[in-house]
Amino acid sequence: MVAYLIRITGDWDLAEECAQDAFARALERWGRDGIPRNPGAWLRTTARNRALDQLRRAALGAAKLSELAMTAPDDATGGSGEEIDDDRLRLIFTCCHPALPVEAQVALTLRTVAGLTTAEIARAFLVPVETMAKRLVRAKAKIRDAGIPYRVPPPHRLPERRAAVLAVVYALFSEGYSASAGADLIRQGLCAEAIRLGRLLVELMPREPEVLGLLSLMLLHDARRPARVDRAGELVTLEDQDRSRWDAVAIAEGRALLEAALRLDHPGPYQVQAAIAACHAAAPTAAATDWPRIAALYGRLAEMVPTPVVLLNRAVAVGMADDPAAGLRLVEALEADAQLRDYHLLPATRADLLRRLGRLDEAAAAYREALRLAPTDAERRFLTRRLAEIG
Amino acid sequence: MEYALLICRDESQAPLAAPEQEAFAALLERLGPRLKVNTRLRPSGTATTVKVRDGGLVIADGPFAETKEQVAGVLVVECEDLDEAVELAAQIPVARLGAIEVRPVWPL
Repeated sequence: MVAYLIRITGDWDLAEECAQDAFARALERWGRDGIPRNPGAWLRTTARNRALDQLRRAALGAAKLSELAMTAPDDATGGSGEEIDDDRLRLIFTCCHPALPVEAQVALTLRTVAGLTTAEIARAFLVPVETMAKRLVRAKAKIRDAGIPYRVPPPHRLPERRAAVLAVVYALFSEGYSASAGADLIRQGLCAEAIRLGRLLVELMPREPEVLGLLSLMLLHDARRPARVDRAGELVTLEDQDRSRWDAVAIAEGRALLEAALRLDHPGPYQVQAAIAACHAAAPTAAATDWPRIAALYGRLAEMVPTPVVLLNRAVAVGMADDPAAGLRLVEALEADAQLRDYHLLPATRADLLRRLGRLDEAAAAYREALRLAPTDAERRFLTRRLAEIG
Repeated sequence: MEYALLICRDESQAPLAAPEQEAFAALLERLGPRLKVNTRLRPSGTATTVKVRDGGLVIADGPFAETKEQVAGVLVVECEDLDEAVELAAQIPVARLGAIEVRPVWPL
């Protein structure tokens, strides 16, 4: 509904306010008079009328007013499913416009698409409420002042704009996924929000392979969450996870989505990452993991997205598929990369490979380096244990 | 809405080749009356920066910002919205090597 109101009023704050007002009135009236035959239409009409009212009072431009008054009543009666979807797509693409700073894209999407409160979003990203409130205010101001249009991008720009939307949703998921146990449940709730947004995107763009791929990826990762942390709150590696705790329903859904995506025959990074996650999900035990296939998939991913982190993950997979020495060679080739300089998983990976090759002194040195760089307590504890294990 | 397009480039790099200059000229011509302002600035070495501090005039040689990329030209164009301004900026040849800053102009 907010999406519809933004389109007809061009004012994000007014849209939000009228939507909230309509819901409040619904609670009041429906309790008394019963639920109307077409609740959606009732809400939209109520919200639209309030918007008209507010604009009239603010005497904001006769042009805007008559434009609004001209909106056919049918437009407010819930419209066709397609029109509602169009408005939701307009909203999502606008929230994720590249002219907005990325953190603002994320915040605005959570606020207007997912409907979280400013306080909830601030909490999720561990910033003060005022900071988040300002971020949202500035984003809306930029939309207004710089003339960011409220529309679905034209076909020739859709691929990159769609990628921007997917990146926002994935950023949300990653943020939630990295929140370890004991941390705020709201932070972990970001995964659920991201998945919900992913489902909305699939609903709105069902024939886009990367959209399907992203939801698949998120579901397959999320399926492992119950096993990621043990009873003591310690991180459990993929190798050691109790796979019986994995969410089989989520895995099944993830795999179905991936198959649907692959049938569209247009591969992309999210699909490849989902395929990797599916490989892990398919292995009943860690030992049964099809590492050669994973290594090959990382090879494909590296062709599409040759970032240092992807290359590092590929080195790990090769180390598991071929032998640690091969993996170590790939890792050493990455040592010079500036982007990985403070990334704790680089020395951690090197340490693990050296340990498996029996080069324990070197492994210990690498673990110590990783410890120095590790960003969370959970990871520090994990690395300390590994270090202790090699004596 | 009017947008200022600040064309920024690294002056140590070679200037536009003839075909690119022609393409740029053609682009500007296609804009017709939507193009409100079209200035080409002389190199930043010819710039003088002026400040007034404590009532006193302070003049210094050189541009305001001591960056590698300098403003080489300013266009002001009437566009439907930011997306249109961005599409236009993307067609400016300098965009391939330098950058075009797109900023809305206050209405009078």
